[in-house]
Parts: sequence; structure tokens; C-alpha cells
Amino acid sequence: MKIRVKVNGTLYEADVEPRTLLAYFLREELKLTGTHIGCDTTSCGACTVLLDGKAVKSCTVLAVQADGCEVLTVEGLEKDGELHPLQSAFWEEHALHCGYCTPGMLMASYALLQDNPMPTEEEIREGLSGNVCRCTGYMNIVKAVQSAARKMAGETGKAMGEVATSGTAAD
Amino acid sequence: MFPNAFKYEAPESVDEAIRLMTEYGYDGKVLAGGQSLLPMMKLRIAAPAVLIDINRIDDLKGWRRVDGKLRIGAMTRHSELEHATELFDSFPLLSRTARWIADPLIRNRGTIGGSLVHADPASDWGTAMIALRAEVEARGPHGNRLIPIDDFFVDTFATSLNEDELVVALHLPSPTGPAASRYMKLERKAGDFAIAGLAVHIALGSDGRVSDAGIGICACGPIPLRAARAEKALIGQPLTEETIANASRLVPEDAEPADDLRGSAAYKRDLLRVFAARALREIAEELHGKVGVQ
Repeated sequence: MKIRVKVNGTLYEADVEPRTLLAYFLREELKLTGTHIGCDTTSCGACTVLLDGKAVKSCTVLAVQADGCEVLTVEGLEKDGELHPLQSAFWEEHALHCGYCTPGMLMASYALLQDNPMPTEEEIREGLSGNVCRCTGYMNIVKAVQSAARKMAGETGKAMGEVATSGTAAD
Repeated sequence: MFPNAFKYEAPESVDEAIRLMTEYGYDGKVLAGGQSLLPMMKLRIAAPAVLIDINRIDDLKGWRRVDGKLRIGAMTRHSELEHATELFDSFPLLSRTARWIADPLIRNRGTIGGSLVHADPASDWGTAMIALRAEVEARGPHGNRLIPIDDFFVDTFATSLNEDELVVALHLPSPTGPAASRYMKLERKAGDFAIAGLAVHIALGSDGRVSDAGIGICACGPIPLRAARAEKALIGQPLTEETIANASRLVPEDAEPADDLRGSAAYKRDLLRVFAARALREIAEELHGKVGVQ
């Protein structure tokens, strides 16, 4: 079946078998291997991408279902050679060891901060409850999301000519 | 992992979907949110020859009020009901239940209609729909019918739908007076199926006594069950400590839990009793401000 999907701003046209899962389409057809496949059973969240703005497990969506949709993968976070604040925060806060879950964690965190720019620790843990990390014990992942939230709020504040307010969830 | 090959159809109207369902019969399978069906197809537990994807049918999405009832389209996603602030007051059980379903990523994709038709005995929606006395609107080639939720679930993964019928919506009666609800669930880890769960919906009459009591039991039998004995014990009574203790003791009597990996039957029965007491106490406290509950 012919599909047209916009991935990270680029429109792709492809001919896929209906049974092709979105995660495999991204990795094997588009060679966007940042999206990882972990459990393949809708449990681990390593394959999380944004489909029309909503975080979903791309191993559990058919590529044909993304026809006419926009997809954002981890490769789309970096802008002009600069890491997204979430990516730098994961680096600075040591939010990964092996890194396998990281693309999914980043995309789920990205979606979380989109809906809730200054989440509490509890909201972060709930927001990432569909993503499994076997290395970190989640502590530093939560810290990284908090740190990114502060930075992003600061940037928005600066853009609006305001000083970022202190007293966030992490303080 | 990938599913067996199948033919893919993506109808854009309900009529077209039903025509395809009639044409393909048992070879066809309807794809809603796909959060149960696609994993089953990947594991080759399910291998439909034709997949009829109803995600492109806009008529099945969203909710509206019709004749004093709330009509929720079958393709409304869990996350939409979780965050539907305009429903928090009149149908608080929807958000309270939705937030317990799997995880936020699955909730962005899974649908209320798909969950009900899948008919898992641990279905959170099935349990809540029992408490809310929902009716399931099914459409087939010969028209629509409303199926009371108590007649909808037949057995594990089996409903009373005909093969050519599509669930198009759920109908929920509006509460008759001040109402409050709780959804209680214990899971082994975040996002898991319930060890046991309980949905409780209570409405009070002008005399402050219980005018409607709906209690659904999750993961304690072949289908989501109704705690009919406890409901009966609550109707017409004020929500006192004595009424609550009595009703809570009756809830496990309508459960049929099994010993399994998640816990023993005795443990699950006890859990239901404790959940019922907690839920009813919280509801009594919440409603206390709305009417003079003793």
C-alpha cells in the first residue's frame, strides 16, 4: 500500500505491506534507527514516537495507519546542530547508562512537557510509567526532566522578556 | 515480531465498515485502538485475514449529550476521557477509571469501544460501565440496537454482538442527584492489569439516602461482574458507617476470583471488601458537602 508520512518535517512516500509496524517502517525503510525496538509487546516504550502530536508505542501502530500523519522521532529533537534541552539534560544529569530506553524516554518526556510544562515528580513518574529503564532506577531520568522543564521555562521566559520564576518541583 | 499478512481496509463511514464486516464475516476483524489486537496478532494468537481499520471514521469519535444521556463514540480514546474536564462533574468515574488503564502511551491510542468489545475480564472500562449502567449501541446491516451492559459480556473475550455488528457508542444515564464515584485498582506494577479492581458510583436522593448504587468488579471472574447484593443493600439507606460496612462485606459475595499469579482468591475477595469500604467512605465524605449525609 502507498503511504505518505511526514517524519521530522520531511515528507516520505513509500509502498508498505499492511502488516509493517510503524517502528519497523521508521527503522528499516527510512533508516531512522534512533527509534528502538525493545520488548515488541507494547510494554517497554523504547519505540515511543509522537504521532500527530501524541506519544504512542510505534511497535503497536501499523505504518499504514500513519498515512497522512506527522511523526516526530528522536532524530527530530535536535535543531540546527543543537541538542534539545531534554537531550542535554539527560546528558548532564546522567539519565542513561546503556541508552537503549533513552529515545523512548526522551519522546515520552517531550510529550509530557508539551502538555504539562512544569510537572511534579509524581507527574513525571506517571507520565513515564509506560517506559521501562533497566539501568538507572529512574532517579536521574526524573531529575533530567525536571532540569529540562526549568530550562525550557527559562527560555520561554527570556523569549517573553521575563525572568524565569523559581520554586519549581525540584527545589 | 510482525503479524501474519492480512488484507487492510480503512473505511471512512460506519455504513462502509458494516458492509465490509458483512462481506468478510469471520475472516474480518475490526481494528480500533489496536493496543490489544495488534500485540495478539504479533504473537500470532490472532491472525485475521482482513483487518477493518475504523480509525478514519470521524462519526465514532467524541461525545455529546442526547436525551439526558451521555453518548460516547466508540473510538474515543482513553486519554481523551481521562482529560475531559467538562465531564468531571457529572461523570467523574470516566476520568477516575481512564487514568488507571495501562500507561499514558497506550491511553493515547486505546479506545473505550475497543476495550469493551475485547471483553477482557480485567477490563477497567467494562467494570466502570457496569457501575454506570451503560448501554452499548451496536449497529448492523439491519439497524441499531441498545444492549444493556449486563447482557453485553458473555464470557472471557466473548460478547453478545453479532459478527456483522459494530459498537458505535456507549450511552450513560445522567445521575439523578448529587453523585460521586471511585475507581480502585491494585496492580503488581505500574500499568499492569488489575489484581482486583472495583468501580463504585453512588447518587443520593433529596432525602440524602442512596438513590442509585452501581458497583462493578474487575478481574474477579470470567467477565467484569456486578456486585448486585451490595448495591441492593445500599439503595434507600443513608451512607452511614454501618451501611458501608454491611455493603462492603457483601461485595465479595458476587465475585468469582481464581487463584493465579496475581494472588489467591481469598486475597482478592478481601481486597474487594477493603476497596468497597474505602470507596464508600470517600464518597460519603465527598457528598457530605453537597447534601446532609448523616
